Amino acid sequence: MPPSLRLTITAVARDPRTEALQAAGEQLGIVVPDGLGVADVIYLRAALDEVSQTRLTDLLVDPLLQNGTWDAPGDHGIEVTPLPGVTDAEAAAVLVAARTLGIEVEAAVTGRRITFAAATSDEVARRFVERVVANPVVETWTFGPADPPLSPPDDLRHPAERIAVTSLSDDDLAALSVERGLALDPEELAVIRAHFTAEGREPTDVELETLAQTWSEHCAHKTFRAVIDTENGERAPLLRQLRECTEEIDAPFVRSAFVGNAGVVEYVAGTTIALKAETHNHPSAIEPFGGANTGVGGVIRDVLGIAHRPIAVTDILCFGPRDLDLEAIPQGALHPLRISEGVVDGVADYGNKIGLPTVAGAVLYDPAYTTNPLVFAGCIGTAEGWTSHDGPHPGDRVIVLGGRTGRDGIRGATFSSATMDATTGEVAGASVQIGDPITEKLLIDALVGAEDLFTAITDCGAGGLSSAVGEMAEGVGADVDLDWVPIKYAGLEPWEIWLSEAQERMVIAVAPAQIASMRERCDRFGVEFSDIGEFTGTGRLVVRCAGETVVDLDTRFLHDGRPQRRLPADLPRPVRTEVARHVDDPGAALLELLAHPNLRSRADIIHRYDHEIRGTTLVRPITGVERDAPADGVVLAEPRDGHGIAIGIGVNPWHGLADPERMGWGVVDEAIRNVVAVGADPDRISLLDNFSFGDPRRRSTMGDLVASVDGCVSASRAFAAPFVSGKDSLNNEYTASDGSRHAVPPTLVITAVAHVPDVERTITPRLRTSGNALVLLGTTRAEFAGSHLDMIRPHRGDIGCTPAPDTRAPQRYRALHAAILAGEVAACHDLSEGGLALAAAEMCIAGRLGARLDTLGHEDVTVGLFSESMGRLLVEVAPEHVDSFLDRFGSDASMIGAVTNDGHLSLVGDSIPVDALVAAHTGGAR
Amino acid sequence: MKRPPALVITGPGTNRDPDVAFALETAGADPTIRLASELAADPSPLHHAALVVVAGGFSYGDALGAGRLLALDLSVALGDPLRSAVDRGAPMIGICNGFQVLTRAGLLPGSLGHNAGGGFVCDWVRLDPVSGSRSVWTSGLDAEIHCPIAHGEGRFVHPDPDGLVANGQVALRYASRNPNGSVDDIAGVCDEGGLVLGLMPHPENHVLTRQHPVLDSEAARPHLGLAIFEAGVKHVVAA
Repeated sequence: MPPSLRLTITAVARDPRTEALQAAGEQLGIVVPDGLGVADVIYLRAALDEVSQTRLTDLLVDPLLQNGTWDAPGDHGIEVTPLPGVTDAEAAAVLVAARTLGIEVEAAVTGRRITFAAATSDEVARRFVERVVANPVVETWTFGPADPPLSPPDDLRHPAERIAVTSLSDDDLAALSVERGLALDPEELAVIRAHFTAEGREPTDVELETLAQTWSEHCAHKTFRAVIDTENGERAPLLRQLRECTEEIDAPFVRSAFVGNAGVVEYVAGTTIALKAETHNHPSAIEPFGGANTGVGGVIRDVLGIAHRPIAVTDILCFGPRDLDLEAIPQGALHPLRISEGVVDGVADYGNKIGLPTVAGAVLYDPAYTTNPLVFAGCIGTAEGWTSHDGPHPGDRVIVLGGRTGRDGIRGATFSSATMDATTGEVAGASVQIGDPITEKLLIDALVGAEDLFTAITDCGAGGLSSAVGEMAEGVGADVDLDWVPIKYAGLEPWEIWLSEAQERMVIAVAPAQIASMRERCDRFGVEFSDIGEFTGTGRLVVRCAGETVVDLDTRFLHDGRPQRRLPADLPRPVRTEVARHVDDPGAALLELLAHPNLRSRADIIHRYDHEIRGTTLVRPITGVERDAPADGVVLAEPRDGHGIAIGIGVNPWHGLADPERMGWGVVDEAIRNVVAVGADPDRISLLDNFSFGDPRRRSTMGDLVASVDGCVSASRAFAAPFVSGKDSLNNEYTASDGSRHAVPPTLVITAVAHVPDVERTITPRLRTSGNALVLLGTTRAEFAGSHLDMIRPHRGDIGCTPAPDTRAPQRYRALHAAILAGEVAACHDLSEGGLALAAAEMCIAGRLGARLDTLGHEDVTVGLFSESMGRLLVEVAPEHVDSFLDRFGSDASMIGAVTNDGHLSLVGDSIPVDALVAAHTGGAR
Repeated sequence: MKRPPALVITGPGTNRDPDVAFALETAGADPTIRLASELAADPSPLHHAALVVVAGGFSYGDALGAGRLLALDLSVALGDPLRSAVDRGAPMIGICNGFQVLTRAGLLPGSLGHNAGGGFVCDWVRLDPVSGSRSVWTSGLDAEIHCPIAHGEGRFVHPDPDGLVANGQVALRYASRNPNGSVDDIAGVCDEGGLVLGLMPHPENHVLTRQHPVLDSEAARPHLGLAIFEAGVKHVVAA
């Protein structure tokens, strides 16, 4: 065997990573003395002569930037290396480069070397590496030089195992479910036992795992398909309610709703838009970078999986407070700072590298998200002349494209369907994947434009091949051989290959006549193409491995055999009376709100995302003359098009805590208001729903869910904006070591995707011209429950109600749209968290202009400034347009002030310099 | 007038190739996009190209340092045809990752390290065309170019920046805040002959005035990134 070698590479000047690490440590209260060093290490197994060693050094070490040494370092320092089986793209690149240079390298691993100033104690160094540098879920670390395994594991192909279930009691079945992490409930286990008893045999481990994945909450949406029992009688399943609402609206532009990987709409004849948003919460909790990274990768594949070209990515992130005391973090959980930095880096890494603009989004902080961070990733794509694929047909080949299969992401679907506790990180380590955006970029290159070469397509997500092939084979049947699945390393058991959630894979069905063309196309783009079997027409899913049949299931049982779930729900009884607030110092309160973690400028995060690529982003997620003010929605338009697409987000878990039904309405209204505010047509809007709630087996949680669906369904009807796709993520709970349970607040994210008829008529919150009028649209009421004012000035006693649905809003938005198209609107901003005061301040920040508010739309100053009533917008209108603008709204509009050039925001008596607004909004802790 | 053929070279992970193709087309060229691996098998598009572009993105995911692996591919398989394209007078431009590739491949001076700020930055910048530069891509430009940046490894380093200036090789400087710690605020440099330009910012994303984040159409027009591509096309059409 060739010897193991190591090349250590250090920066000639200071390495910016050291400062980033040091700062991250300081934020967590782990201070290391100056003199921290970071180096990259490449571990190789290779026999290199002097010439080869020099050529490799020339490639890997840039003399203007780096020093490299093949000498082993001393014993000081800590080296961090990936665990075996974890994606190591740099190591793969070393092998590619060596091959190009004609140098033989047998194996490579890459790692990081952290060195500390001499004064650093081992204890501090250890703590620093453990808390700031390494993640034990995917990495290992050692004092002194590391010696990562550089030889592949032996090929120990285990045969499939038969699991005796037919003779088990209910209790033993339940124990089996726990032992194997199946997350199946007693009724489901009983059905499985009955099925195999009737077949007169025991299932294999592969069959049992296949059923567990297919029937998981994550894949089967058991809660959203459950019949609901309430004190007022039975309610239809939530998914059916959403679907029926869409059918009732019967919008002409909906092409495909609630089937397949994503919703499809058509606003302009011939061009379809695919839209989808997903959650990747559990993985992001234990490995933030990888979790968020693969969340983005997964939702992009959803759009690719409905044969659309991805064009943009969205992200909504919920974290615990970044300044939380490290000691307050439960055992086994990561600090919110670490999670938020890792998640943002993970989103940025994937979106930036795959070449899609990361645009609309939101970041929310609340202590309840500390152990249950939420990561919602969305993607939209477009296609010309799309028709839905009608395969697979019997005789079509089962083709796996893209990345290789490894032990990564085993049992992700069942993992994400369970609640978490202190041991989750350890036991679920294998559930986390690291993404490889370049492999997925190549998949896009190969698949977009090849739609005629395949008859069906789906992505390989949760449940891996078992879900992808299993879903495609529904009704048709398939016969596949796992021996043909390309694997990253030997030693995988059959069920591991079948269930692996290794990233960047797609499955397509290809007619034999097209195989050669499809293979050639994949070769051209460097995409691995593997023919693993056939769609048969027998209706059975057959999987073979090493000459043995390891799965032989009726696809009808697999997809329809699951027993109907019934869930009891206690509906919430929220307060619905208005209660006002009073603050003595509205100016000071406004500055506090502007600096609040939920409301401060997101510029620092958004600058880490490439939101400019493709040249299509016309209204950006940050706006204004200094690009530090929020936008309501974003607008994208292809360079040659005169029309575009707007994306808006609605989310408000604090309203959800007080009144889930009103929250459901409110977040739909907010998402719609956001797209209308930037120039979208209120009659061409489609919606995505993403529910992240706690354990639905708790009756009150189920009740919150039912109420929130009621709210968003009635809003969808009122605005005639149909839901076209959605995803629920339940069980976002964490059980602490003392047994206490921590659930997320009811978090419903609505994404609105709308048509912008004229890209020359897009609007932002940026104030334009001194002397223009400011017009408030909508009605202000004393609605403060769950408000941000309450967060900075806690209210004692009766909190009153959250904002009520505003049934006049649809009409108002249509009038606003007409005014925008008529060129009457100079600037516009939606009123949401923080109310009128915050909206006006953000408009001043965006335009670096002053404004004067003479009246506030309500006789009470605090209510007028800070209430979060629905359906309202603040609009800047030039004097010559004021009359015609006001005419459109009747009593729904009121002139409340004007744009000024005195550099101040004047709020009935209080006057704040715009500079102070900017400082509050952009400075201080995030 | 016949549109001069422009070749856009990509690698696995290049992602701004459609953007630059649109810019070239708008500037009056006839762009073709080709993978380096395809050109290795059939270099004829390189022989016929009037303009050559190495587009931006994340070739090979920036593994082992931005641009290094694609530079290796180009040097091993296309080193000779690339040099002969320059020798026969075809202007060549490397944008962002393409700039990184061309420095590693030895066609441009200097090197690009991690941003001084430590991370990836996407923002708009203002670029000052340096008077006295010998770059054909900035020839005749005097107004500032406004366009976005999007990179994590854009800190230009060179042992003798004054020498570069004296030699007319500094083509563009950051007029707005230096976003990455580049020496002497250098945003773009050219080779000694002035035909090969490398720059970190993305002029291909400011081809239409409506792409400008702040300025209205009339005000944005003099600052279009398109001007760089038009200068390249003008050079070959005039020749």
